[in-house]
Amino acid sequence: MNWKFSGDRPVYQQIMENIRGSVLRGELPPGGKIPSVRDLAAQAQVNPNTMQRAMTELEREGLLVSGGTSGRTVTTNLEVLSDMKEQILEDLARECAEKFMVFGVTPSQAAQRLLALDQKKEEMK
Amino acid sequence: MSCVLQAEGLTKRYHHAAALDGLDLQLPAGKIIGLLGPNGSGKTTFMKIAAGLLTPTTGQITVCGQAIGPKSKALVSYLPDRNCFSKRMKVAQMLDCYQDFFPDFDRARAEDMLSALAIDRDARFQTLSKGTQEKVQLVLTMSRRARLYLLDEPIGGVDPAARDYILHTIINNYDPDATVLISTHLISDVERVLDEFLFLYQGKVIRQGEADAAREESGKSLDELFREVFKCLPNC
Repeated sequence: MNWKFSGDRPVYQQIMENIRGSVLRGELPPGGKIPSVRDLAAQAQVNPNTMQRAMTELEREGLLVSGGTSGRTVTTNLEVLSDMKEQILEDLARECAEKFMVFGVTPSQAAQRLLALDQKKEEMK
Repeated sequence: MSCVLQAEGLTKRYHHAAALDGLDLQLPAGKIIGLLGPNGSGKTTFMKIAAGLLTPTTGQITVCGQAIGPKSKALVSYLPDRNCFSKRMKVAQMLDCYQDFFPDFDRARAEDMLSALAIDRDARFQTLSKGTQEKVQLVLTMSRRARLYLLDEPIGGVDPAARDYILHTIINNYDPDATVLISTHLISDVERVLDEFLFLYQGKVIRQGEADAAREESGKSLDELFREVFKCLPNC
């Protein structure tokens, strides 16, 4: 996992995003074990209380499952995983659209640009 | 309930100048707390009082319910902002000294940290660089199993790699019963390890809270918040 934090947003939220990303990219597979809060805090160089909070929130979302003394695992509930992926892609699309709008480019014009980019790549091959 | 430190109306005057001016403060257990404020805001004075090196002019202060004295000193591990050993001492002798004084000193832990930092135990303190001297004192402070750690500018004089090691040490030593109070100007370096912060100004707490809550509310880092809060105040 790549731990980099920006100072202007809550650290626990950035940890949550980071772990969601790792699950989506397959670095943390469904049913995979999550290291202990203490180990993760040491890895990420953050306060253990902050790491604990991020884990608790992710459990509440259903992405992580608490296994009592045996530690946390990534959920095997595929519905939760696909919902989360949907949510992240939607957020990404919205962010992207907002950035294009700054230059007065509408979402459909932006979509055309993305397609054009794809075609260029094809031609390169 | 579990408060590690409690201060009420704490005041310290040096002649007419008040370094602390009716400070009210409670530090909960199991937190890493930043004591932040401009120069001369009373950070060092507060730490010295809590460590038992200064007596307050008026006001009350207790550590784990104990008045400041031998019993409180056994619970408080204090890192001063300057050297507190004879410069002729060897590092190994400083370890002996801590072992003599503090029953909660974990010598094995101290030796491990000295090895990780590649510090020679036979070196005399005065032959070490300023940064290395600070590292040795931090190692001693963090090797005690205390309830309250008071770290006065622990990263001020050390290089960025050693800063990371020091923060790493603080995180790894995390104990849910103990609280770490860190005073520093290098806020951006420490802010991701802080649970809570206190802004001190002219001997009073002018703002305190949870670090993440402050970031969420203001959309700013603690460092930016500090610059903003203290920019508009006069005389600083």
